[in-house]
Amino acid sequence: MPVLIKHRRLAENAPPPDLVLEAGDDPALVAGALGQARVVAVRFAKFGDGRAYSIARLLRERHGYKGELRAVGEVGRDQLYNMAQCGFDAFELRAGEDPQEALSAFGDFTTSYQSTTAQPPPLFRRRLDTPPFA
Amino acid sequence: MYLYDEFDQRMVDERVAQFRDQTRRFLAGRLSEDDFKALGLRNGLYIQRYAPMLRIAIPYGLLSSRQLRKLASIARKYDRGYGHFSTRQNLQLNWPKLKDVPEILAELATVQMHAIQTSGNCVRNVTTDHFAGVAPDEIVDSFVWCELIRQWSTFNPEFSYLPRKFKIAVNGAVADRAATYVHDIELHALKNAEGEIGFKVIVGGGLGRTPLVGHVIREFLPWRHLLTYLDAILRVYNPFGRRDNIHKARIKILLKDRGPDKFREEVEAEWTHLKDGAATLVEEEVRRIESRFTRPRYEKLEDIRYPQVPSSFTAWMKRNVHPHRQPGYAAVTVSLKKTGVPPSDVTAEQMDVLAELADHHSFGELRVTHEQNLVFADVRQAELHGLWQQLRALGLATPNVGLLTNIIACPGGDFCSLANAKSIPVAAAIQERFDDLDHLHDIGELDLNISGCMNACGHHHVGHIGILGVDKNGEEWYQIEINGNQAPASLGKIIGPSFARADVPDVIERLIETYLQQRDSENERFVEVVHRIGLEPLKRNVYARPDQAPAARRERAAA
Repeated sequence: MPVLIKHRRLAENAPPPDLVLEAGDDPALVAGALGQARVVAVRFAKFGDGRAYSIARLLRERHGYKGELRAVGEVGRDQLYNMAQCGFDAFELRAGEDPQEALSAFGDFTTSYQSTTAQPPPLFRRRLDTPPFA
Repeated sequence: MYLYDEFDQRMVDERVAQFRDQTRRFLAGRLSEDDFKALGLRNGLYIQRYAPMLRIAIPYGLLSSRQLRKLASIARKYDRGYGHFSTRQNLQLNWPKLKDVPEILAELATVQMHAIQTSGNCVRNVTTDHFAGVAPDEIVDSFVWCELIRQWSTFNPEFSYLPRKFKIAVNGAVADRAATYVHDIELHALKNAEGEIGFKVIVGGGLGRTPLVGHVIREFLPWRHLLTYLDAILRVYNPFGRRDNIHKARIKILLKDRGPDKFREEVEAEWTHLKDGAATLVEEEVRRIESRFTRPRYEKLEDIRYPQVPSSFTAWMKRNVHPHRQPGYAAVTVSLKKTGVPPSDVTAEQMDVLAELADHHSFGELRVTHEQNLVFADVRQAELHGLWQQLRALGLATPNVGLLTNIIACPGGDFCSLANAKSIPVAAAIQERFDDLDHLHDIGELDLNISGCMNACGHHHVGHIGILGVDKNGEEWYQIEINGNQAPASLGKIIGPSFARADVPDVIERLIETYLQQRDSENERFVEVVHRIGLEPLKRNVYARPDQAPAARRERAAA
């Protein structure tokens, strides 16, 4: 039974996804079905295959998907921070990952420079809103 | 220098902690070798022929004396007392120990440095003109735009695992001094009729085994849209760039397969969704970045004229000293291409003295050029003679910038595990052959570039003469290309069958001989003569010699 992290804690149960997108899939093709989906999974085909990051952002930002977005496949501790920034909120860890170590990954960085799904205003916007000597 | 604020510093500190933890897990057997390799690459760590190689980022080639002293101390403490400056304006250490790398990164972070994204399939160190901020033909200060791009690309969560490495170059001047047309994305600053700043966007250039010159996909991109447009390009590349074949994974191949028009349509279609979004730049941010750069406090000075009498100093002035937009100042290239020294290797002792010289003569700053030299950008003209004397004492005043012996060379088979052949001994043999300075200056401007394999780290495709190391049945051979050029970019053509290493200096000499016979005046450069007369006369002279018949060459190689 794979370990599932959801909302930054270990999940008790893992309902099967309503939709599974492979790394090469175009999210626009399933846009119509997203309204009724509760769990959408996107598969990381390989450790170094970054296509699923773009898929996640498109599902969230362009197609307005609000439900659980689960990363499956090659999901390791060291990718979790980026995955969360791109809109994933559930992570099915690959075999061999230490769940406690994985939970600490979300704190690897305090913030990102970029506009991300998790934090749409880029750092420069937030910097400008902070008085310089506050 | 761009000075970090608390966010920039925290980002780098957090990276050090992250990599320290990854190294700990790897050494404890809790992170696989493959995973650690990929994570190490994102911190500049390669496993090489004899030892790991660590590539330290020098963002857009700008370096402070304090940082250079730190590099010297790291080279001494963790390596063998020297470093190698690369064409990507970075510094490579060839002998660090794996377990020391987290400590090295921690030391770098204390001087606002890092090795982030200097390798791996992500956006690499953005490069630019080494005369940014001082060039008389400047349109914008490209450092400001490079820093904006550095922040946008650093740990970009969506674009950290691209199909392949991704190189961006920015040119802020009229002349292109950053070889921009051979990058994945090239940005040329422009001002439109209304005086608004923007960029010409060129995509899909690159060297390697499929050298291609980039295509203009947008003639004028207003500066506000810079980051959203970069997002759009990478949004097209990330899903559609090939991941099944490492040799076809660069964006240049995607652009070639799609065709520039179709590619442009896709980028523009993606951009309609991103344009005017949260990542759209605002004037306050550009001003904020500008204000975080330290600026030289120039004195009001007059230009100085030095007498044009023939001398070593005059030769150096002619080749290594460059115009400056501030009266009374000049930019100086420190040549790292002395005969007998591996191109662009600098010892820790030299680094320390260079840092000292930068403090005294150039407001404590240096730049690294893509031709693998260093630049003092803000030298008072009155101090040129004194600076020259001190550089000469260090062996760093070879007056060869723009000349044949200013060789761009990769580390080659002496260090790199990808190389088919060595580069350093070939460079040394050519430099020895052309060691006569009068002859060298008479030959005039000529770029000679050497790569030890077809990955082309030595930019051989854009050398006026390019040399490529190839492997033939386990032996090192060298292919010669001519007619390449950095800017405007053109790619060299192979002149014929390859040569044994010992023959390379002869071949270069014959090419030069033909050029000298054929040029209409001293003003007609090698590349112009090749352009005018074509390759044939040069090939004839190289291959017609009996001692260059293939049989004779094989015999000699066997001997």
